[in-house]
Amino acid sequence: MKPNDLKRLAPAREAADASQAAAARLADRATAEGLVDVALATMDSPIGELLVAVTPMGLVAIAFDDDYRERVVARLAREVSPRVMEAAAPTDEARHELEEYFRGQRHRFDLTLDRRLMGPFAEKVLRATSRVGFGELATYGDIAARIDRPHAARAVGRALGSNPIPIVVPCHRIVGADGSLTGYAGGTSRKETLLRLEGSVL
Amino acid sequence: MVRRTKPAFQDFLEANRATVYRFLSVAVGPQEADDAFQETFLAALRAYPRVREPDKLDRWILAIASRKAIDHHRRSGRGPVPTDAPPDRPVHDPAPSDHDDPLWAAVRSLPPRQRVAVVHRHVLDRSYEEVAELMGASEQAARANVYQGMKRLRELMT
Repeated sequence: MKPNDLKRLAPAREAADASQAAAARLADRATAEGLVDVALATMDSPIGELLVAVTPMGLVAIAFDDDYRERVVARLAREVSPRVMEAAAPTDEARHELEEYFRGQRHRFDLTLDRRLMGPFAEKVLRATSRVGFGELATYGDIAARIDRPHAARAVGRALGSNPIPIVVPCHRIVGADGSLTGYAGGTSRKETLLRLEGSVL
Repeated sequence: MVRRTKPAFQDFLEANRATVYRFLSVAVGPQEADDAFQETFLAALRAYPRVREPDKLDRWILAIASRKAIDHHRRSGRGPVPTDAPPDRPVHDPAPSDHDDPLWAAVRSLPPRQRVAVVHRHVLDRSYEEVAELMGASEQAARANVYQGMKRLRELMT
């Protein structure tokens, strides 16, 4: 018998496959035991795959399917809790409401939000943004005026760019003074798709 | 480069799950590997916020898995088997599909610490220094466990 014979008892490839199923079962047990501080799940949408992140306090982040997603997961680990896991069940409600929205069956979200990833100024800006309803538009200047910072349109733009919960906090409804669809962290084509879905642009 | 921030648990799980599963498959047997895997990563998840050395997470999880494997055999009531007498009772982790493989029977007859040390050394190819660290033992003890374990396996396989 040679030492290498032992390797055939557990081929690396088989272990990798079996561990994937085991990791999925782990997510269920961890959720049941209350050990998941941030639950992650992905869903398809008309603006590409979305990553949805939910804490026991509520919906904390939505990320688009590109490099942005990795940054969001790293940030959640750093600023909320490192116990970030892919676990579908805690995200069911959020994904369900988003699906209804994309089907045109929902005009406002009833989700509880976890605003921990918003700085104090951004939180003010984003709360004002949440009051811009489905099918409406507002300008950066409008939002600046509504938070009593009429000269802060640029800072408002930056705060909107940092929105951790796009779509549900509707930063896509905020447009330039001339009505142009400028500046969207997820890209202007996504912004346009969302506004078309809401009937705000043709 | 030393890693200063801890990755999200999901990334840590993805990076280590295959190695941990492979270790446990041989260290506790294919039938019991899943349970031991769950226990290992649940223990890790509980402790994760307090972990301070993010660049040593791969060793940390294998050290937990090693303790779970050894505990598993102790709980199952299997103390070390005397090396000069083959076990005369049925093994506790029978794997029907592997029934015909004499190597499995030989591995199952090893005392827990020898079995764990042999798997680290010869399935995962870890250095003796690392085997010692993973088992919370001296390097000398790690070498002795691997040596005795391999000696016994050779005896049983001839």
